[in-house]
Amino acid sequence: MTDKGNSNSYGSRILMYREALNEGLREEMERDRTVFIMGEGIAERGGSYKVTVGLVDQFGPGRVIDTPIAEASFTGVGIGAAITGMRPVVEILFVDFAMLILDQIVNQAAKYKLMTGGIGKVPFVLRSQGGVGNGLAAQHSQSLEGIFYHIPGLKLVLPSTPYDAKGLLKTAIRCDDPVIFLEHKLLYMTKGEVPQAEYLIEFGKGDIKRSGNDVTLVAWSNMIQRSLAAAEKLAAEGIDVEVVDPRTLVPLDRGIILESVKKTEHVVIVQEAVRRGGVASDIASIIQEEAFDYLDAPIEIVAGMNTPVPFNLDLERGSVPQEEDIIRAVKRAVYAETTPAEKPQKMELVS
Amino acid sequence: MISKKFLAKLYKTLYTIRVFESECIKLYRQGHIRGYFHPYTGEEAIAVGVCTALNDRDYITSTHRGHGHCIAKGARLDRMVAELLGKKTGYCAGYGGSMHIANLSKGNLGANAIVGANIPMGVGAALGVTLRGEDRVTAVFTTDGATNNGVFMESLNLAAIWNVPMILVVENNQYAVSTPIEQATREPDLYKRGLGIGVESYAVDGNDVLQVYEKTRESAQRCRDGKGPILIEAKTYRHGGHHVNDPGLYLPKDKLEHYKSHDPILIGRKYLMQKGKASKKEVEAIHAAVEKEMAEAIAFATESPDPSMAEFLEMVEAF
Repeated sequence: MTDKGNSNSYGSRILMYREALNEGLREEMERDRTVFIMGEGIAERGGSYKVTVGLVDQFGPGRVIDTPIAEASFTGVGIGAAITGMRPVVEILFVDFAMLILDQIVNQAAKYKLMTGGIGKVPFVLRSQGGVGNGLAAQHSQSLEGIFYHIPGLKLVLPSTPYDAKGLLKTAIRCDDPVIFLEHKLLYMTKGEVPQAEYLIEFGKGDIKRSGNDVTLVAWSNMIQRSLAAAEKLAAEGIDVEVVDPRTLVPLDRGIILESVKKTEHVVIVQEAVRRGGVASDIASIIQEEAFDYLDAPIEIVAGMNTPVPFNLDLERGSVPQEEDIIRAVKRAVYAETTPAEKPQKMELVS
Repeated sequence: MISKKFLAKLYKTLYTIRVFESECIKLYRQGHIRGYFHPYTGEEAIAVGVCTALNDRDYITSTHRGHGHCIAKGARLDRMVAELLGKKTGYCAGYGGSMHIANLSKGNLGANAIVGANIPMGVGAALGVTLRGEDRVTAVFTTDGATNNGVFMESLNLAAIWNVPMILVVENNQYAVSTPIEQATREPDLYKRGLGIGVESYAVDGNDVLQVYEKTRESAQRCRDGKGPILIEAKTYRHGGHHVNDPGLYLPKDKLEHYKSHDPILIGRKYLMQKGKASKKEVEAIHAAVEKEMAEAIAFATESPDPSMAEFLEMVEAF
């Protein structure tokens, strides 16, 4: 079965995001003996966010490997195994810790195919999670997709629903190139329909999470949930929002974004990551380059502040996009409410 | 009992690496090879001793100073020179170059220009072998410089707790670029690093091809018997600077002279002539064969086409 959205004739259940991921891992490990998983506390403990619960019981400690706290090295181990015929899925507990593994991802995995003249394959998946949680402070709250987005040779996946999480993870595991698969800590307990039957979601195919005619809202990961909530409130005020989820940032489904922009002629891009040098800016540049004549208003970007995430809950909340920030940006974009005084006044702590 | 034929094979590979480097340095000085070029001159016995004790199914991961490893693991000289010249016929289609040369068909997973980065990758190759239940050894070449990088101890520890069939070969040439080892560690016997975390570890004379070969052969067997990993420190010395454009003025003259007189090529030749009873004429025949192969390799590489932008774009389309 291919990606046909949530309605299907095979029957589906309501699963949590983490359960959908667990099912994706389990199915791929059953299907292919070269798939194995590694990470900190993923075996008996089942992972900090319970994604790998029960897998060690089914597949044993040889294929569900608990590692010491040596991120750079066990990531390199995964890459070494990948280039010699295995399909490892390495879990890095928080994407913040992925800063310890950048050499292996950026200099090794991303470049191996090119450096070997196209002969070498790196069927390697890095699973990690990012984003603001609930007071996890500066070193456990970042959204770092922009760092990976910048590196040629990596695929970059950020699922926003249980359905997408499972289908994209299965595709990631079957991919012959290195995949950075970033989950969001606030999504693990969210629920959604997941088909009983097996399905895959192709990379580079975005999804319209909500159809609308007045404004295109591009978002990914947890910002999809927040954008959908904002869209419901805006609908009550007569603003019809289309929410576009690219699902994979690399490869990026430019077509689905541009088609929507051409229809609505207004764009808001939402990312939790800091504004500076982010993916949202790049998507904005693509839109202005390829659909400039369709735009009826400047592109709005709603993003995290250019600052580390503060611990204090009110400040944390203020430092990343909230529903009300998205609502204001949409209104500005469609000129529904544009007085400058109503713009959120956010301090640039780091300029 | 070591046969004359075997000693001749060892010597031929030693001599091939020496000739390959000296001829390619000429090409470099003439401007035909660009970029960075780290000669293996003076360290040949390590690659030859280690790789001769392995088979074609076994893996190696190599370093920025990797030409010797590539040759000893069975690469063709013509495709190697082509790679150094950035030609389409090179092992990496001209996309890799000296510092990234690989030959996957013979188990050479590639040279690596990030010091230490090939160590965890080698552990991973060995772990994959264990998970697949195969009989393959992975030899990871690394350097004294890498022993002070975090991944060295991390990765050796991972190899140890998972008992993977890996030999970690520390080529101790006593310099990290230009920094002498005495300035980089209080304990210059690097094999002791392995002992502290429960890894069987040895030191050998890295200029003596038979010593390196024997220790690797034993170690490979132990790995095949499920008793890996093993660390071998091979003490050696560069005959020049860090790369071709580094004159190596910091190498003390007397020390350099000592190691030049303890040259791996001379030692290999002595073994061939004394233990193998080879005649001068037989040695000269080896030299002539190697020099002919190298001349043909340079001709092949020089005449080879460059990779085209169209081919490059096709390959990186999905990037």
